[in-house]
Amino acid sequence: MLTQNIIPLFVIIPLFSAFFISFIGRFVKKTFINAFCCFSTAALLFFSAFSISALKASATSVLVYTIGGWKPPYGICLVLDGLSVLMLVTVNLVAFLVCVYSVSYMEKYTDRTKFFTLFFLMLCGMNGLVVTGDLFNLFVFLEIASISSYALVAFGTEAEELEASFKYAIMGSVASSFIFIGIAFLYGFTSTLNMADMARVISEKPQMWLVPFVSVLFLMGFGLKAALVPFHAWLPDAHSSAPASISAMLSGVLIKTLGIYAMIRIFFNIFGITQALQSALMFLGALSMLVAVILALSQWDLKRLLAYHSISQVGYVVLGLGLGTPLGILGGLFHLFNHSVFKSLLFLNSGAIDYAVGTRDLKEMSGLRKKMPVTAATNFIASMSIAGIPPFNGFFSKLLIIFACIEKGYIGYALAAVAASILTLASFMKVQKFAFLGELKEKYAEVKEAPLAMQFSMVCLALVCIFGGLLLLPIFKPFLTSAADVLLAGRGYAGGVFKAVLR
Amino acid sequence: MTLYLLCLILFCIGLYGVLRKRNIVKIIIGLGIIEYAMNLFFVLLGYRYHGRAPIYAQNQQILDMVDPLPQALVLTSIVIGLGVTALVISMAIRIYEKYGTFDITKIKRLKG
Repeated sequence: MLTQNIIPLFVIIPLFSAFFISFIGRFVKKTFINAFCCFSTAALLFFSAFSISALKASATSVLVYTIGGWKPPYGICLVLDGLSVLMLVTVNLVAFLVCVYSVSYMEKYTDRTKFFTLFFLMLCGMNGLVVTGDLFNLFVFLEIASISSYALVAFGTEAEELEASFKYAIMGSVASSFIFIGIAFLYGFTSTLNMADMARVISEKPQMWLVPFVSVLFLMGFGLKAALVPFHAWLPDAHSSAPASISAMLSGVLIKTLGIYAMIRIFFNIFGITQALQSALMFLGALSMLVAVILALSQWDLKRLLAYHSISQVGYVVLGLGLGTPLGILGGLFHLFNHSVFKSLLFLNSGAIDYAVGTRDLKEMSGLRKKMPVTAATNFIASMSIAGIPPFNGFFSKLLIIFACIEKGYIGYALAAVAASILTLASFMKVQKFAFLGELKEKYAEVKEAPLAMQFSMVCLALVCIFGGLLLLPIFKPFLTSAADVLLAGRGYAGGVFKAVLR
Repeated sequence: MTLYLLCLILFCIGLYGVLRKRNIVKIIIGLGIIEYAMNLFFVLLGYRYHGRAPIYAQNQQILDMVDPLPQALVLTSIVIGLGVTALVISMAIRIYEKYGTFDITKIKRLKG
């Protein structure tokens, strides 16, 4: 079997699962649906782990699958390189654990079948967006993931959820139309939609205004999807209203795939990053880092607090990537992976508290450590990770970003990153104090720990948090450096893809 | 050139509707106008005056044909727009059931 034949499976498996479940959901038992969903996400996780070794074995460091045998630039191709592999592993790891968690968590809701259908459609959109090598295909997958996430935010159909989802849907659609217009301009200029071919044409054909203009359109569109600060208004509502398992997916991976991955793929590999774009990215990153963490300090709703921290942590990622140095990009991508692990863990914790106690208000809960030891312990690990306390993974990636800032001479940005980290620590101390420490309230004497499936997911993610720092060891480092190399190569991406096609 | 400018004006009308109108239904209509404007723009990119359909026939030389690719892409984009509109309208109906109003300024339970 040729190794590139595994690439379409990342789209096929979730798409098939989504429609299969919606077909048979009415006729079969609940346990079968649960088992089937866990099985297909586990298969996806297996294939994404397999793609690491497949990429290492190949000579060109890029694998290309041509759909229907049509060679690019005419046909659509799927591209698997270091960056895609990093994103695939992140997305599918979180998706698998969230799926296991949802098995128990969805007891509260009525329609399990529809939930899993939408969940798999969203997963299909994200996986497809990561592996595609065609710009319009990227837009289609982006819309698949966005539309299913609008529906998932409104899944509870309570007043607040509908309101949040409506806001999210309107702003998301406007963002998509900006992206669409950007793609239309690029097509009009280059007469091609293949990303590698487009990079080649842009570097050969002289242009004055096109790349800056389209960059601004993409910065607006993808910035809105990634919730960078001037465009962040929808995120706290949407992420705090969704069911907890979906919040974990949205905060953990959706804003990164739809926003950051798509943005950096286009900026670095098609346009070839310029100093002006780098400065814009760094400024937006630092702004979101500080503003969001200050807004988060005053929150009393647990999920809303976490949602604001998502904006702030995404700021770190964008700051690191915007630096454009090898160290900065490495730190940014590492923080992207780490953030998706600990932020989904935190949201799963909030879901476990909501499941057991029935509240999200920090003032209401107290002393839950005695009743929910697993949730308390995993939450402690995740809080320390996000705040950047040494043995956990968040520390290493933040350290890399701060070092990269100092190395390039941006002392101000480095100080901003440190300040945001301290404020993050403060706000998570608040969570620890009010939720888990202190006296147990009398009405919570009957509270039980969350079910086993939920505990399993949380413990797994906590283990990744503890051992995540090991990824910087020389044995595991190629996983991150090969992703960073793709971005550092810039327009060299085009040459790599064409070479892999001809092989 | 005029046609492109008209597209831009249509886009701005849609954006005005989304940003300034208070009625949810009007916001959705504004979103629809934005989608039409961008689809129209994309189709125009591939159009050429006095061009012909890009259909291959025997013994015929095709000299100036319309670019068919944007048309195919716009078809996809129209379907996506339909999906978004349907979803948002069904949400608007549910919002009316819960809040009893279409006024966006009165729908504000989420704060902070």
